[in-house]
Amino acid sequence: MIVRISGEGQYRLNADAARHLNELDNELVRLVEARDEAGFYTRFRELIEWVRSRGERVPADEVVPSDVIIPPPDLTFEEARKVFRGEGLVPG
Amino acid sequence: MSLFGQMMTILRAKISALLSGAENPEETLEYAYQRQLELLQKVRMNMVNVVAAKRRLEAQLASLENQLSRLDEQARQALQAGREDLARLALERKVFAQQQVAALEAQVRDLAEQQNRLIEAEQRLRQRVEAFRTRKEIIKAQYSAAEAQARINEAITGLSEELADVGLAIERAEEKTARLKARAEAIDELLAVGALPDYLTGRDVLERELGQAQLQAGVEAELARLKAELQPGQRPALKEGEG
Repeated sequence: MIVRISGEGQYRLNADAARHLNELDNELVRLVEARDEAGFYTRFRELIEWVRSRGERVPADEVVPSDVIIPPPDLTFEEARKVFRGEGLVPG
Repeated sequence: MSLFGQMMTILRAKISALLSGAENPEETLEYAYQRQLELLQKVRMNMVNVVAAKRRLEAQLASLENQLSRLDEQARQALQAGREDLARLALERKVFAQQQVAALEAQVRDLAEQQNRLIEAEQRLRQRVEAFRTRKEIIKAQYSAAEAQARINEAITGLSEELADVGLAIERAEEKTARLKARAEAIDELLAVGALPDYLTGRDVLERELGQAQLQAGVEAELARLKAELQPGQRPALKEGEG
């Protein structure tokens, strides 16, 4: 599967990464809902590191769409809440 | 609701906006190419703005450093005058100014990092535009018309996703630059009226009070001198004069 870290690039991971990513996604949702800012940052950093270490960088001459898109690594808690509210990442 | 799902929605909306003008792979490629050039232009403009904001902040940092030593000196004077309350006020302002310095430095660093990532992202996009150009011809030569169309469509989606993602990164960087600029302007104004560390009361009040304290200390000293002159031991001289 192809995973994009927004603002950074794409990684190729094996198919069973999907389940783990899904679990992490659910957990991040819980943390944002619980307004657990510190927990969110810790988990989110772990997620980014996990993708970077497990994944293989998609070379620039390969043009493929992603299966999963992860927000940019420097996403703030406030931005994460905006993304959930469907407001996107950038106001306006 | 899912975080990743929402990100996908955000980028898809951008992609469909990007592709709305193009009707076939040829047009999409040209469009992507044009957009990529525009994005590069935007990244460069952004860089210029960041450098300008950075220079301005550096000048402001220098002013803040000056204020720090001035406030330190004021605190010392206040203590000498026996006015711990004023010394405290000056030191609170000093600490506040120090926090400003640290926050500004962190912001500038963050933005510089973001700009570097943007430059990399633009390079990646450029390589993908080129890759798409080559691949399109290969796909057309190797596959049946229907198959080729499906593969080209996939590549278009991939290319547009890259384009949309760089676009998003630029928007975020622009927003951060705007915030940095607004902050620089606010600090400029505060520095202009000499009120930066002025979150408790007016700077004038501190200076006036400190002046008052010094004045009073001076009065006390004068008074003490006069009193000393008027000590009983020195009275005879006056009495002599009288008599």
